[in-house]
Amino acid sequence: MTDFTDDMSEPLQGERQSMLRLVMRRIQSKWRQIVTVIPFFWLLVFFLAPFFIVAKISLAELAIASPPFTSLIEWTDSGIVTIRLVFDNFVYIWEDSLYFDTYVNSLKISVTSTFLCLVFGYPIAYAIVRSGPVAKPLLLFAIILPFWTSFLLRVYSWMGLLADQGTINNLLIALGIIDEPIRMLYTEFAVYIGIVYTYMPFMILPLYANMEKLDNSLNEAAADLGSKPTNTFFKITLPLTMPGIVAGSLLVFIPATGEYVIPDLLGGGNVQMIGRVLYNEFSRNSDWPVAAAVAIVLLFILVLPIMVFQHYQGKAAEEQ
Amino acid sequence: MTVSATVSAAPWLEQEEQQPLVQIRGVTKKYGEVTAVDNVDLDIYKGELFCLLGGSGCGKSTLLRMLAGFEDLNAGTITIDGVDMADVPAYERPTNMMFQSYALFPHMTVEKNVAFGLEQDHVPKFDIADRVHEILKLVELEDFKKRKPKQLSGGQRQRVALARALVKRPKLLLLDEPLAALDKKLRKQTQFELANIQDKVGVTFIVVTHDQEEAMTLSSRMAVMDAGRFKQIGTPTEIYEFPESRFVADFIGSANIFEGRVIEDGADHVRVETEFCEVFIDHGHSVKEGSKIWVALRPEKIRLDKADAATEGANQTSAVIDDVGYLGETSIYKVRLPNGEVFDVTMPNQSRPTHATTRLTWEDKVNISWDPSSAMLLHS
Repeated sequence: MTDFTDDMSEPLQGERQSMLRLVMRRIQSKWRQIVTVIPFFWLLVFFLAPFFIVAKISLAELAIASPPFTSLIEWTDSGIVTIRLVFDNFVYIWEDSLYFDTYVNSLKISVTSTFLCLVFGYPIAYAIVRSGPVAKPLLLFAIILPFWTSFLLRVYSWMGLLADQGTINNLLIALGIIDEPIRMLYTEFAVYIGIVYTYMPFMILPLYANMEKLDNSLNEAAADLGSKPTNTFFKITLPLTMPGIVAGSLLVFIPATGEYVIPDLLGGGNVQMIGRVLYNEFSRNSDWPVAAAVAIVLLFILVLPIMVFQHYQGKAAEEQ
Repeated sequence: MTVSATVSAAPWLEQEEQQPLVQIRGVTKKYGEVTAVDNVDLDIYKGELFCLLGGSGCGKSTLLRMLAGFEDLNAGTITIDGVDMADVPAYERPTNMMFQSYALFPHMTVEKNVAFGLEQDHVPKFDIADRVHEILKLVELEDFKKRKPKQLSGGQRQRVALARALVKRPKLLLLDEPLAALDKKLRKQTQFELANIQDKVGVTFIVVTHDQEEAMTLSSRMAVMDAGRFKQIGTPTEIYEFPESRFVADFIGSANIFEGRVIEDGADHVRVETEFCEVFIDHGHSVKEGSKIWVALRPEKIRLDKADAATEGANQTSAVIDDVGYLGETSIYKVRLPNGEVFDVTMPNQSRPTHATTRLTWEDKVNISWDPSSAMLLHS
């Protein structure tokens, strides 16, 4: 179907097509690089750049300005560029016991919550792996189901459940088990409930993925060699599910340490966690440099477990 | 490991004196509606290398797993060395199993894998080291004891699995398709190795396999299983030369199976009338005269002679070559009988077939014949 009146445009069209083909071929041959560049670019823009901005602010001084801190680099009138690094914020955090205590308390709460998630999540994951072909997808669905409602909404519901005049206290009083309401909301207990409840799926899912791969014949082999079920658990199952335990624990521990919403809503003013302190410094005191320093210190506290995680992942990959 | 010279070569023949090591009585296993193992009885004696042979889904693995204690019985009893196993959990049974997947612990070295069973029995540390060393020497893996299973080849893993199961000196060693994961050449070599090791350690072996050649090479006795039942139990020779049913004759090796009618049943011979010739068998069978019966002939037991004239008499008939398959050491001939039936006949190629004149080829008229001892009567 060649139209001769279109004769003139044909070479041009052919050229355009070959150009397009060339570009496509380029993209195809560079596909691997392109695929890896996208996440790197993402991390650069949304993680590394903000990190440097926060780091920069943490080394500045509070100033009455907008934004409320001194700038790192100053041009004096004589044309000399000076860089002023102020470490006062870090010294301040170190010297004021409020910050130190809050870090310790945050770590205590997150470590305990991680442990609780593991203790409750491990048997749940194990039971799901061992459940039948009908029950398994339903149970997994139930684990993921809470994500369908807003996190904030779920924490608010806990407030309703745990309050002095809340569902649980009313029920217990109606049943005649207690006379006076038990104080649950605005205690550390409520914060634990909130964190363990919220982060449980992050523990269960990696554990499930890990356990699903375990060959049941290993358990049978251990039994066959004379090992009782408890011994088999500690010698075979537990070591082989270690990667899942590490992954799940970090997925709970890291966000729980910096958690702000749960201690704020369920702990009230009674439970000090570093997320709340950071928020207060930033918005109530408008002290951006101290808030930034608090964030940087928190980051370094969390880098250690992340490195442990990387180490285990590397080892697991090596054994594959 | 002790060399047990006291074990009889054919313990199943001395049933009066020998108490069976394993007694299986009326054992049944059902999965819902499906009966995996259907009311089977079996005695296995000390020092035997017993093969359970059958296709997939015949119930052989289920039976093995019931012996190991991984599956409950729906009915019947299993007795090992005089003890009823009904209430004995897997971890207390005097059996060890070699798994089809080997089931080596991936986080432990070869040494740790082998030592695991001994540690469970609280064997003293120095004893464990000695016994692990000894068994690894037997399977020739001393140099690999610090390796993890992932760093071993398939054949090496198979030997670690064997060593781990043997090191506890079980009364009974259960092997689930022990050679299935190996390539063909290694499998053949390992078949003989396995039999040698069994001979050295004197442990009773029960091997599950779907490979008839493996069962023939390995076993002192074997059971052919189908649909949860034993079709026949006997030595490899008995099973091959005296199959009782069409299933067994066809499953073990290949066989030409045809129908006939018993015309004479003597004390020392049987005569069967068929569509193409009379079959004379030089030993007695208890079959009813006049009854219909199945006869089987092994392809290698049939002679093939070039002959233009039709021949008369028992155990021979004229035929025409339909097809020839040259396999190197042997040739397989498809011959068409006067009634249209086609037989397989195999002949060794004893001389190089260089002369076209002496060579049997398509459409050649031949005479097939067999010895009076060759034809096999099948009861079902």
